[in-house]
Amino acid sequence: MSDFLVDIGYRSWALEMLMVLPLAAAVVVLLSSTEHAKWIALWATLAEFVVSAGLWWAFEPGTAAMQFEVRHAWMPGWGITYHLGVDGISLFMVLLTTFTMPLAVLGSFNYIKQRERPYYALMLALTTGMLGVFVALDLFVFYVFWEIMLIPMYFIIGVWGGGRRLYAAIKFFLYTFVGSLLMLVAILTIYYVVGRETGVFSFAYVHLLQNIGLLQPWALWLFGAFALAFAIKVPMFPFHTWLPDAHVEAPTAGSVILAGILLKMGTYGFLRFAVPFFPQVVLDPTVVAVIVSLAVISIIYGALVALVQPDFKKLVAYSSVSHLGFVMLGIWALNLQSVEGAIIIMINHGISTGALFFLAGMLYERRHTREIAEFGGIARAVPALATVLTVVALSSIGLPGTNGFVGEFLVLVGSFGEFPLATVIATTGVVFAAGYLLWALQRLLYGKLEKPENEKMPDLSARELLVLSPLVACIIWIGVYPAPFLRRVEASAQALVVQVREAMPGPVSVELPIGDDE
Amino acid sequence: MPDSVALVWLVVLLPFVGFLANGWLSFFQPNAKRAVSAIGVGTVTAAFAVAVVVVTGLAGAADGAPFLLQLWSWIPAGSLQIDLGFQVDALSAVMLMVVTGVGALIHIFSVGYMGADRSYARYFAFLNLFVFFMLVLVLGSSFPVMFIGWEGVGLCSYLLIGFWFSDEAKARAGNKAFIMNRIGDFGFLVAMFMIFGATGTLSFTGVAEAAPRIFELNGPLITGITLLLFLGCAGKSAQIPLYTWLPDAMAGPTPVSALIHAATMVTAGVYLVARTNVLFAMAPTSSAVVAGVGAMTALFAATIALKQWDIKKVLAYSTVSQLGYMFLGVGVGAYTAGMFHLVTHAFFKALLFLGSGSVIHVMHHAYHHTHNDDDPQDMRNMGGLRRYMPWTAAVMWIATLAIAGVPGFSGFFSKDEILASTFARGQDSAFFYVLWVVGALAALLTAFYMTRLMLYTFHGPNRTGTKEEGQLHEAPWVMTGPLVVLAGGSILAGVLNLPHVLPGAGWLEHWLEPVTEGASEYLAEVHLAVPVEWALLGGATLIAALGIAVAWTMLKPAALTTARDAPAEVGVQRILLNKYYIDEIYNWLVVRPIIWISRSILWRAIDDGVIDGGGVNGWARITRLLGWIGTRLQTGQVTTYIVLFVLGALVLFQAMTQ
Repeated sequence: MSDFLVDIGYRSWALEMLMVLPLAAAVVVLLSSTEHAKWIALWATLAEFVVSAGLWWAFEPGTAAMQFEVRHAWMPGWGITYHLGVDGISLFMVLLTTFTMPLAVLGSFNYIKQRERPYYALMLALTTGMLGVFVALDLFVFYVFWEIMLIPMYFIIGVWGGGRRLYAAIKFFLYTFVGSLLMLVAILTIYYVVGRETGVFSFAYVHLLQNIGLLQPWALWLFGAFALAFAIKVPMFPFHTWLPDAHVEAPTAGSVILAGILLKMGTYGFLRFAVPFFPQVVLDPTVVAVIVSLAVISIIYGALVALVQPDFKKLVAYSSVSHLGFVMLGIWALNLQSVEGAIIIMINHGISTGALFFLAGMLYERRHTREIAEFGGIARAVPALATVLTVVALSSIGLPGTNGFVGEFLVLVGSFGEFPLATVIATTGVVFAAGYLLWALQRLLYGKLEKPENEKMPDLSARELLVLSPLVACIIWIGVYPAPFLRRVEASAQALVVQVREAMPGPVSVELPIGDDE
Repeated sequence: MPDSVALVWLVVLLPFVGFLANGWLSFFQPNAKRAVSAIGVGTVTAAFAVAVVVVTGLAGAADGAPFLLQLWSWIPAGSLQIDLGFQVDALSAVMLMVVTGVGALIHIFSVGYMGADRSYARYFAFLNLFVFFMLVLVLGSSFPVMFIGWEGVGLCSYLLIGFWFSDEAKARAGNKAFIMNRIGDFGFLVAMFMIFGATGTLSFTGVAEAAPRIFELNGPLITGITLLLFLGCAGKSAQIPLYTWLPDAMAGPTPVSALIHAATMVTAGVYLVARTNVLFAMAPTSSAVVAGVGAMTALFAATIALKQWDIKKVLAYSTVSQLGYMFLGVGVGAYTAGMFHLVTHAFFKALLFLGSGSVIHVMHHAYHHTHNDDDPQDMRNMGGLRRYMPWTAAVMWIATLAIAGVPGFSGFFSKDEILASTFARGQDSAFFYVLWVVGALAALLTAFYMTRLMLYTFHGPNRTGTKEEGQLHEAPWVMTGPLVVLAGGSILAGVLNLPHVLPGAGWLEHWLEPVTEGASEYLAEVHLAVPVEWALLGGATLIAALGIAVAWTMLKPAALTTARDAPAEVGVQRILLNKYYIDEIYNWLVVRPIIWISRSILWRAIDDGVIDGGGVNGWARITRLLGWIGTRLQTGQVTTYIVLFVLGALVLFQAMTQ
């Protein structure tokens, strides 16, 4: 496979192709007829996935360097370069995006009945926007993509959403936008400060990263601006309230993309920018205390609020707050295991929560309600759907043998060495996770099949099985044999840990300290 | 190490193949019951056959070193390297035989018991999956791999307790089991984090090797680790305070109760303590806690068993109680005794459950035939069944004598060894004498409640109903056959480890020596004088005889009325019948407060009220207010504008001239 990729010069054009293909397809969709729109979108996203799949083989593990780099001068006078690249941190975010999109398109076939052309065009444009965020190596370019991708999502929620779609869409947009504006100020400040001191005015990621020392006096404020933008996106308690509304109102595919990909941009932003740019702030005891506390609160709070949701989609939305809390904990523990675990959870959450939203959507399409109490006993009527829902829920609970366990275990085992108490509290999250999901399963699937409209529910169609089976396959694959994933992530995670730890003057514990008994 | 031991992967794979095949059939050929039976029983029986070859190979090797089979690198992350691997040694060999042997018998029994169920294929798929995970649990060569099996069997338990999920109570019982187990698993997880933090490894051999170097004897770290591990054990093996899920778990089909909730899964906690015996031996405080909780649970559960009317509930509390004995054993450092009781208990308790399954099967059939909706599991509706089910009655009496501790039967030897070991530790601390008394008392109650169960079920007049009586008959051979085999085990398993004062003593102890020798360094050598040992044996005999005799003379099966006509219980009896109201207490102290806090405070007050109401929408309101002020200023009256313009100009002028 690798030889073939070398033969076709894959490394040099892969990213260009990935960025251009969806946009071109979006134009074609707009020009096509309504009945063709979804098929064009499906084939385009599938082609996109096939192209991206080459990254899996062509990517060289064992190095933290950027790969598949693309560089074009864009606005040379301003030091803006269209510079893209992939490393171990972004690799799986790219693959997650390209993997999710065909499923999201296929999962929309029944749900979207109106204004199909603009819908699929926006989905494709969104693809380019999201990929851009994950591969941008120029802060200006990053910011442009970060904002661009808001717009299609705003319309997807606001036009094709549920009853309170406008409230949800505006809330989503404003929440994110407030954070982004502060981040823009921070990016411009960094640009001017570094430019003034070094004489080179450039938005290039590497250039700015090399001169992070110059930002020292403003570091706390700059970090704060980035952190707020990213924390809203994660979302971390108490900036999470846009999420349940956006999820509940969004169409199925919107929820899947929101949970599967958009939420990862927050944690990705921390890994790529906020953490490596401001090591002193990141390791500052007060900042650590605040972020770790918020992460642990997110884990427990999200789980507890999920427990009492009467609406299944809202339950899954709050469970995201809990899962992403684990990611934040892992990032802040900042050792190899915890950071690798954080990245694995980012992948897992995309797969498992994406699948949960698909299933919630499938239930909604059958009954036009998301209220858990409206179901009950449906495992008799829809055994295949019940089976898949059970498997996915178990992965979300973190049952060993599924993907969920690998990520949570790595995060917790890594974090325990740094923050024993916080980790112990976070670990109780696994009990609550079992609580809210199994309780939901019980009320949805088990008990007496009493409502006649539930009895008539059709089981999964071939198309729905086609959407769900790749997700289930990944759940098992990553659970049983995560080594290929970890191998590709390891060098970049290690480099991040070393870079931040070394930038910090003074003694740093590299060895894991022993337990909390000391 | 002979090649035959390397076949262990096949033992694990066979039931998994059975799961896949039966799972496939459950969707596409749910009525192919013959194929399902052949696959379900065949794979587990074949696994037993291969397991025999493996264990024979291990016995032949006899150098005591564990055989390690690495399959693939599971979670490699820097200094944390977890391989997916199996470990065959004397200890896992014992479990291997129990799991596949008893498992195969219960699979055979299930063919008869579940034959009429419409989800027959799904049942066998889950049962096969259980055997697979149980094998991963006992064979895992590291804590995390064991944890795969540990939570996997919990999953199967959840799925099988809630097997008849159309009954909401059964689904709820499954949930309760999973969640209470998860509370225990929290302890297991944190213990793993601490072990990795301290030793840098999670493999059993690595940890056992590093432990003496790293841990301080009875230090806080090792005590914390072992107590957290024991929290995991308390969840899985239904010990105080996490035992309440096991009686509810009886909602599952009875063979499931026999296999999962008596013979194998619930003993995993005992196995874990035995597996990590070096750690527990280095933490005498934790070990004392294990022994104390075990003894307490043994007695506490036995008192509840005294007053239950549901035949399976009696056996469930009996199981909780017997597991308590096993923990008492491993807690006092008698790892062999604990494992010995695990093995004998697997025989006689599986037999008791399957026997009660035969009874329920027949009762259910009779009631079903006459459209009677009385409870087929209530002993008050039984009576005199030995006349209709002579084989079942006979084998269940054998199991009863074994669990009661009548000399010659297997339970006598294993229970005596635990009590004797506890008594011997009394030389260290009087605390263990107290535990011995508690254990002896529980033994007395055990003999009593088991005799009660037998009397009410099989003796006296029949209370099933005149129409129903004609429907009572012995279960088919596919069900009684496994019972007879288990009865043989219940009698003979005692020879595995005879007391020191008898010839041929201590075979199991010798077999397990390679596994337990690491711990023996930290355990004070305790010996009982021969007369003391004889006295303890005599005392145990007396206790068993007393319990049986008192029940036999005191209880009058002829005086029982059926469940329908029975008067309400009063006083202590009512408290026992209601299990000390522990479930209700948990509900009021834990479950309801969590739900209330989550709904009323976190969701309604904080999320909707403070953050959204005050923060997010508050900003929106402020924005709207500013906009409203702006619109007020836009009056359209030129004079207002001129006044404002002049005022503004004056302010500016003032500012610029200073």
